[in-house]
Parts: sequence; structure tokens; C-alpha cells
Amino acid sequence: MTQVAITHTQWQPICQRSDLVADSGVCALVGGASGASKSIALFFIPGAEPQLYALDNWDPVAGAGVIARGIVAEIDGELTVSSPLYKHHFRLGDGACIEDEAVQLASYPVALDGDTVCIAIDEG
Amino acid sequence: MIEPRVKQKLIVIGNGMVGHHFLEQLAARPEKELFDVTVFCAEPRPAYDRVHLSEYFAGRTIDDLAMGKVEQYRDWGFELLLNDTAVEIDRDKKTVTSASGTVKNYDRLVLATGSYPFVPPIPGHEHEKCFVYRTIEDLDAIRAASEGGTVGVVVGGGLLGLEAANALKELGLEAHVVEFAPGLMSVQLDGGGSELLKNKIEDLGVTVHTSTATELIEEVDGRLRMRFQGESKGERELLTDLIVFSAGIRPEDKLAKSAGLQLGERGGIAVDESCRTSDEYIFAIGECALYNNFVYGLVAPGYTMARTALAQLCGETSEVFTGADMSTKLKLLGVQVGSIGDAHGRAEGAAAITFVDEQSGVYKRMITDAEGKKLLGAVLVGDTDDYDQLLQYHLNDIDLPEHPEQLILPAADGAAPALGAGALPATATICSCHNVSKGQIVDAVAGGCCSLADVKDATKASTGCGGCAALLKNVVDEELAALGVEVNNHLCTHFPFTRQELFHIVQVEEIKTFDALLQKHGSGRGCEICKPTAASIFASLWNEHILKKPHVGLQDTNDTFMANMQKNGTYSVVPRVPGGEISPDKLIVLGQVAKKYNLYTKITGGQRVDLFGARLEQLPLIWGELIDAGFETGHAYGKSLRTVKSCVGSTWCRFGVQDSVKMALDIENRYKGLRSPHKIKMAVSGCTRECAEAQSKDVGVIATEKGWNLFVCGNGGMRPRHADLFATDIDDETLVKTIDRFLMFYVRTADKLQRTSVWLENLEGGLDYLREVIVDDKLGICDELEAQMANVVGTYQCEWKTAINDPEMVKRFRQFVNTDEPDEKIVFVEERGQPRPARNEEIVKIAEPA
Repeated sequence: MTQVAITHTQWQPICQRSDLVADSGVCALVGGASGASKSIALFFIPGAEPQLYALDNWDPVAGAGVIARGIVAEIDGELTVSSPLYKHHFRLGDGACIEDEAVQLASYPVALDGDTVCIAIDEG
Repeated sequence: MIEPRVKQKLIVIGNGMVGHHFLEQLAARPEKELFDVTVFCAEPRPAYDRVHLSEYFAGRTIDDLAMGKVEQYRDWGFELLLNDTAVEIDRDKKTVTSASGTVKNYDRLVLATGSYPFVPPIPGHEHEKCFVYRTIEDLDAIRAASEGGTVGVVVGGGLLGLEAANALKELGLEAHVVEFAPGLMSVQLDGGGSELLKNKIEDLGVTVHTSTATELIEEVDGRLRMRFQGESKGERELLTDLIVFSAGIRPEDKLAKSAGLQLGERGGIAVDESCRTSDEYIFAIGECALYNNFVYGLVAPGYTMARTALAQLCGETSEVFTGADMSTKLKLLGVQVGSIGDAHGRAEGAAAITFVDEQSGVYKRMITDAEGKKLLGAVLVGDTDDYDQLLQYHLNDIDLPEHPEQLILPAADGAAPALGAGALPATATICSCHNVSKGQIVDAVAGGCCSLADVKDATKASTGCGGCAALLKNVVDEELAALGVEVNNHLCTHFPFTRQELFHIVQVEEIKTFDALLQKHGSGRGCEICKPTAASIFASLWNEHILKKPHVGLQDTNDTFMANMQKNGTYSVVPRVPGGEISPDKLIVLGQVAKKYNLYTKITGGQRVDLFGARLEQLPLIWGELIDAGFETGHAYGKSLRTVKSCVGSTWCRFGVQDSVKMALDIENRYKGLRSPHKIKMAVSGCTRECAEAQSKDVGVIATEKGWNLFVCGNGGMRPRHADLFATDIDDETLVKTIDRFLMFYVRTADKLQRTSVWLENLEGGLDYLREVIVDDKLGICDELEAQMANVVGTYQCEWKTAINDPEMVKRFRQFVNTDEPDEKIVFVEERGQPRPARNEEIVKIAEPA
């Protein structure tokens, strides 16, 4: 994987490498800038480039926090997650919904610092 | 528009299948209002299915066989006089008089008096233990006479005689067939075919005496002794307890004769192509009628005559009857027999091609014209797979291929040369059950049907006996190809195989992980189609835990967490309750667990309890308690066996004939955990009342006095389908063995997410083929199927029990990997004393500060 310069002011650790499940998602809770917490879906695809992805866990189509529990599917060469409730596909790379342009999940920079998974969440 | 006018008086004499068909067709037409209808019926009940009369002995009731209902006739406004034989027609006064003395006027009269069994005038034939085989009363009398007897004889080796012999066998008698001619079914079969049929039938325990004429029947010590003529081969006499005469039928034309209507030389009411008799006001239809010096003794031509007469009555004079094809395919005592056209090769210059396989008991003969260009007739015994194709050649006058013998020879590579659908004219009948022509199928495809299933839905083709499935697929594929539709049955873009092919690959190469499969046979990284399909195949074959490391990422929504995800992201939990039997203690545990975790409870349609609203992180805790109380996972989340529903059976129910609960328990415990292309539902009913609704299940079992009847491929839900009767009166062991084979064959060959009902409808050869594979072991794979099932049964584990004892697997059920906090976005409100997911507007309210 590419080496990302990690400065701890920008990046926050959220979990350990051992918490991740290969070729699947897990969910982590991070504190937002305003103090409100946020559910993040983390996907770990060994062998892919990049191999880590972070999206909002909230599925706006279903109205439930379930994105991390979706199955990872390659569609037309791009990695997506299929939301478990109504099966909309969201691109792991940028959170765009394949079926509906109007729907978009936020995506976040995510990287490994040794065995620690770190994420950068935008302000505001 | 129909002008109101004085109604015509229409009398129909006879209420057999053809008479009933005539009236049923009339009732469906607007012209019904033009007639006052009276029906005379000599029998005590309205029309019933005489073609399947023998099934009366196999357990079908009078109600099952009934075609017409008294109430139905009342609704139609037709007067139905049961048990009242018409005895006189006065053509001058236009009246009909009945045995009870009723006199009715007619403007138009339809004779549908049918036929009567011919009884050869052998001295002694009037004995009270001599019967004929035509009505339900005849069958009741035969059954009564069979009690305490050991031997039964049928005189007549035609189609009906062999049916009767089977019936005697069903009644537990040692059955004999005595035939005057040198061969059985001499009308439909040639010498070779009838010889093979005789051998096969004798193998089944029916003794056949051909070239045997009965001289005398006399009573000896309460039994009957039949003496045969001197030149008869073999036995000179036979002792029996009863005799059934089935030596052919004769048109029932007495009434017509006494009314002075024109008859044929050897009987039969002469009709023209409008089905009119020599009296223009009187029609005759069915087996009593003689057209072109021929009596049509099959039901289909009778129906055609009925429709013709009706059309003529309604003024459609262009509708005519010009004869009918008498080709027939049937199963006699389990032996397949087919006869097409000129089976005896009587046409001038006719040439024959014959194939005989004495080893497996197959006889096939084609009759062609002198040039070998056209098919004039055919005889098939022991294997009628080629029947439909040959019939198409015959009916449509299609040129035979250069080497016509290939049509009946077993093909070297295992695939018979198929008749190109393109060779068939648009008028060719593809499905004879639903009378669907090639033209209708072509129209359906042109109208937007792009799959076999769509065409079946739209036209009903191949939804009857299924015999035309291969031909139908041919036509559909050809039409789709002509329209430029590419028929691609690849699983998905990652695997250029069907599910069946993939299953085979995984099995043969013993592939155990998705990565290995993808690397060797696929491309890319897989998707939500191929991943769960592969996971299901691995589970069916190797039965490893679905959450074992390499399989975790392959599971879809519900399998991923072994629970059913509900709309708010929480789960429902369904413990297994085999057969629906549950102790009070276990019920209490379910209640306690539901209360403790605040779960909404509901009884399912499969006789279990569903617990809703469990958060992800609660699942291992809930299952820990359930497993401690002795529960197991119910696989409500899996494409696997769901439930085996049962009625209470003979243990409690005063009607039950078998212990249906015990059987349901055994079956459910045997097949629980079996992963399959789609979910599987089963049921066991303890008697014919069918309280467990087994006929709407993939596998349905219904108790009989002698054992179990097995039904397969039923479905409820969106596309209901009645299950098909697959095996009758089988014992416990045979039942389980048959289900083993059936399920494994389905698991092996079905498409992804294809229920058994759709699978069967798409299976070439349909139910007959399925029976050949599962019961007759035509493919020689049954041992393997059973072994495979034994492996699945032997390696069963409760997935939840394994999971909660494995810390790595339990980790997977954390809501958040970095904190134990619950998901605050999951909110419940109370309704009718139980929790339910809060709606959006309710959540806002809760969030607002008071």
C-alpha cells in the first residue's frame, strides 16, 4: 500500500487491524468535530488497491445504520458494497450510489499506522 | 349482440365426459341464453373422469374424479335429470321419453350416449362374478367381489383391459389377462411391440394368455372355472374368483336405432362433418357417433365433436369435424407405450425401421413411406421419450432427416438429435395439454417474453404433463436467437458458468474456498451473485461453518449474521421447533428471553416463534440462553431447510392414519442445516384431509392407510403451485430415501435462487424425467446422491452453538469494533403491548427536548 504521511492532529485512530474482517466490513464509532459521534463502515479488501475504505455507516435509502454489514461486490470492475436492506450499491472508493446519482455516502481517508487503523474526518 | 327471442328447447341425452364438455362449453358462451336445456343422465351422478377411472382403486375418491357438479348445472340454469335413462325419441312429435315417464319436447337434440362394453357371448358370461369396467358402480362391484378372493381374470388385452388388470393387481389379486388375438393392444401395437409389452407386464406379475379363446365359464365350489378352446396354447383352464370383460366397446346406439336414425353397418350413429345425424335436428357426439365409418374411442376427438356440434347449433357452419389423430402415449402398469398413426405399416409401400434393446426392454419402430421421406406411424414400448418429436413429424408431414433411424436410435453422445423447431409450421401443436401451437409461442416471444418461464406463464405451454418441455425450449431459443437476443445463462460476469456447472466443478475439483474457485475458474473479485452462490455450494458439499474465515465475506444479508435483518437494522431470531412440537418449558423460555431482551414476538406460518428487534450485539447473548434451554438454530436466515409443518396425526386426531408429528420430526432433524439453491419448506399430514397443507410445499408428505404419499415441488407465496404426486403408499424408509435423492438432485442442478417449483417447470422432461432419475435411477447417480446427503446429515452442527463458543466468531457481532456503546439510532416505541421500530417522525419527537 502507499505510505500516507500521518500526523496525529489530522488523523484519529479508531480501531486495530485485528478488528477488521477481510473482504467484509465492520463498524466503528468516531467522535465528530462537534462532539457528536458518527458511525463509520470500514472495509478491508486484502490485495486491492487501496485495501482500506471508510464510508458512512448510515444507509439513507433504508434509513438504518447497516452499510458495514453489506456484501462487497465488484461491479464493472469497481468495488462496491451492496446495502443489506434494499441492495443499493455504493462505491467503496467515493460512496457514490450506482443506482441513484442523488444518493451519496460520505467517504473518508483511512490508513494503517502500524497495526492501528486511522481515519481523517472533515471538519463541519 | 344476441336478439331476445323465444328460447329453443335443447335436450342432451347422456352426461359422460363428452356430454359434459358440450354443456360446459355452451355455458361459457353468450348463446347459452338462447336455449332451455334439459339433460338426461342414466347414471346416479353427473359426469366423471372415466379416463382415470382406475385411480379410484388407487385412492382417488368419487369427488376427485367428478367433472360436473349438480350445483354447477343449477347455476348454469340447465335441468339435470340424474338416474333417468332416456328410452324413446319420437321424431315426429319431437319428444324424448325417459324411464321414469318424463316426456320433454325438443327443438334440437344432442345424443352423447357414449358406448357400452362388449361382452363376448361365452356361455356363463352372465354369472354374478362377471363384470365390465366402465362405471364407478362397476368398480364398486369388482372391489366387493374381490374381497376374500385371490385370483382375477381380465378378458381382453387392449388398452382398457390392461388398465383393468392393473386395478385387479391393486386389489391384491393375482391378475391374468386372456386375449383372443396373438398380441396385446393389437390396435395400437405391431407384433414386436406387443410381444415386448407382454414380457414387461409378465415381469410385473400379471400372467398374460394370448391366442386364447374362452369356451365356457362355469361355477365350481363358489369360484369360476374358465375353459379355453382346444387349440389354445398353454393352459386349458383357469380357476378364478372374478372375471372382468374388457373386450372392446360398442357405440350405445339403441335409442337412435329405434328412432329410425341411420346407423353404420356395425353400429354407431352416422354423422356428417357437422356432427348431424340423418335427422337435421339431431346431433350425435363422442363414442356413440360414427364418422366416415369410424368410431373415435378417445376423449379428445369426442371433445372436438362436442365443440363442432355446439358451433353448428350456434350457427357457425364453418366449424366441422373431419376426423382426428388417434396417436396416443400412456403408461400401462408402469410401462411406457406410444402409438402414432399407421402403427402396423398397412399403407402401400410402407417401410419400417426397428430398434430393439432386449437388455433394457425397449422397442421402437418407425413406419415411413416407400422413399423414407415421411413418417406414417410409429410404435414405442418401454421408452416413449421420442414420442413428441415423432408425432410432430407425423402430424405436420415434415420431411424426415437423411438418416431417419437416428430419431429412434440412442445417440452416441447421449443427446438425441432434436427436431429443429424451425422445421415446424406455425400450426404445429407444441403443447397438447393446453393446445398451444408454435404460432402462439412465436407470438409470445415477439410480444416480449424473453425466457422459457415467461413463455410458460403467457401461454401455459408445458405446464401440463411437461412432456413438450424440450421442444418448447427449442422453439423459444430459436425465436430468441432469431430476434437477436443472446441467451446467456452465465452465473454473473465473474464466472462464465451456470450454477449447475459451477457445482460440478467445485465437486469434482474439491474446491473449498472462493479464492481458489475464482483463481482457477473466474475473474475479478466476485459479487453478491457469485459469492453467496459459491458459499451455498461449498456448504452443500463440504458443510463447513458459514462464518468460518474464508466464507465470512461470501454471505449475504441474513446469512452474514445468522439472523433475519429487519427494516431498522435489528434482527429477528427464530429457533428451530421441529414439526411444530414444543414443550411448555421451552415455550416459557422463549417468553422469558423475549421479555428480557424486549423482543416483539409473533407466531410464524411454519409453526414456530419469531423474536424481533434483537440488536446485533445481543444475538450471541440471546442464542446463549436459547441453546442452554436446548434450542437450535432454525435457519430462518438461510437458503436451506426452513420448517416441516405437521398436523397432530394419529396420536390425537380421530381421523389420522399415521403419526405425522413423528415423521415431521424425523424429516426436519434429518435435513436441518442442508444448504440449497433456495429455501425449502416441507409438511407432513396425518391423513388425506391434509391439515398441514403439504401440497403447497417443496416436499409434502401425506399419510395413507398403507404408508405415505410423497408430493414434490409445490409452492405457496407469490406464485402458488400445487405439488405433484411423486410416489404413493411408500414406507418410511423408501420415503426418506426418495427425499434424500430428490433434495440432492435439486441442490445439484437448480439455478441460483430457484425454488423447486420453478426448477421442475424448467426441467426438460418434467415430472416423468424426475421420476426416472429419482425412482428408476436412470442416470445411475442415486447412490451418490444418497451418500452426499448422508455426509450432510452426518456433519450437521448447530451454527449458533458453534459460533457462541468461538471467540473469533463472537467478535463479529459487535455493533462497534471500538466501543461497547449501542447504536443510538435504533429506537423502539410500544404498540399493542410490544415494541416496534419507531417511525421517522416519532424519532424526531423523541429527540426533541421536552
